[in-house]
Amino acid sequence: MTLKESARNPTSAVHDEVLEAGRGWSHIVKKGQVFRIVDLEGNQAVDTLFYNANDPSDRYSAVDTIREQGNVYLTTGTRILSTEGNTLLTIVADTCGRHDTVGGACAAESNQVRYAIEKKFMHSCRDTFLLEIQTHLACMSKRDLTANINFFMNVPLKENGTLDFEDGVSGPGRYVELQAAMDVQVLISNCPQLNNPCNAYNPTPVRLLIWDAA
Amino acid sequence: MSASHLDQAANGLILQEPLRPGQMWSRVLKSGQVLRLTDVDGGGCVAALFYNADHTLERYNMPDTLKAQRIARLTTGAGLYSDMGRVLCSIVADTCGWHDTITGISNAAMTRAKYGEGSYQKLRNDFFRNSRDNFLTELGKYEMGKRDIVANVNFFVKVAVDNDGNLKFAPGNSKAGNFVELRAGLNTLVVLSNTPHPLDPSPHYAPKAVSLTVRAGLSATEVDPSLHSSAENERAFELTRRYFA
Repeated sequence: MTLKESARNPTSAVHDEVLEAGRGWSHIVKKGQVFRIVDLEGNQAVDTLFYNANDPSDRYSAVDTIREQGNVYLTTGTRILSTEGNTLLTIVADTCGRHDTVGGACAAESNQVRYAIEKKFMHSCRDTFLLEIQTHLACMSKRDLTANINFFMNVPLKENGTLDFEDGVSGPGRYVELQAAMDVQVLISNCPQLNNPCNAYNPTPVRLLIWDAA
Repeated sequence: MSASHLDQAANGLILQEPLRPGQMWSRVLKSGQVLRLTDVDGGGCVAALFYNADHTLERYNMPDTLKAQRIARLTTGAGLYSDMGRVLCSIVADTCGWHDTITGISNAAMTRAKYGEGSYQKLRNDFFRNSRDNFLTELGKYEMGKRDIVANVNFFVKVAVDNDGNLKFAPGNSKAGNFVELRAGLNTLVVLSNTPHPLDPSPHYAPKAVSLTVRAGLSATEVDPSLHSSAENERAFELTRRYFA
């Protein structure tokens, strides 16, 4: 893994907020702007979806992103591709090293399968996505929730065809930075999962910053 | 790998038809029915999407399927999960051993760039179809479209991942006559497209002949090796049972 730092200073950011675990966030990052997610306390999965802000049916595609870069993990240099083959954003800095995009978002129903039928009550990323869409993104619905990116999450794939969730490769203060190639609708769930090591069993806040194009 | 559990049940045959090179196809499998895909020539690639036919907002979910079963490929004993924690289909037999679900489908631009124009005007029904357009066409018959195309399954395709995450397409993963059998857990809309995989290194547009059979329904407890393959699958089958209860 190669790490790449950014010279951007938070004091010049045009947007700077902290998002607690268990909360959703939607925001348009304009073409040329740079978007940074900071893992404030370490090992926090940030479930993220991206859409062409002018046409949400043109949206992040995990499988196209993986296939076209020939690698299953996301890091500096990764072009975040859409279902129509467009570049939505490019990762321009990354002090974590790799990010998952096959582990998906937790859901009440998948928690029932993975852990126990009676876990249905627990808060989940897909519930957060749904509420954020229902509240703020009127033209979208559950149809638009597809395989997402899990920033800072570690899901190693093995050559024998197995995978598992492992303790994070991230740490306090690590960040990833993406530059938008078009106006991009961002949808985030700061993951509330308590049943596996994706958040080190302790979901924590993240910081979200945006800089205007230089 | 295992032989079919259904060879003795040949009298349950409901349907047998070819899936020609380049062709798209769809059908609602009633819960319990078994679809067999046979790679007639070897080296096939059949892209597939799955929906709950009674409520198509419920659909195949690649991440839920992989993480619950801790797998990065599909073979006998694997459930194909919906986003609602239920089993859309399960793989009850497979003589191939590895089916991909992380590398997606071809589209018009990449097909033209790789193989040339391949128009209908010149080639008639041998024209160069691609799976995105095939899916859009077939999904349109059910009032679905772009927003319903999700990460899919590529039957007969193996793309392995090394320790650094690099992809390796495995030529010859599927041999002539290899087959895979899917038992429907829900009433499951299956949408198929038979075009070359985007990572197939061959410079020639040459999708393969595939044959399809559908056999009569059998209960999960009779035939399904995925039912007890893990505690997670047992819970997914239980949620599927409760859906119809």
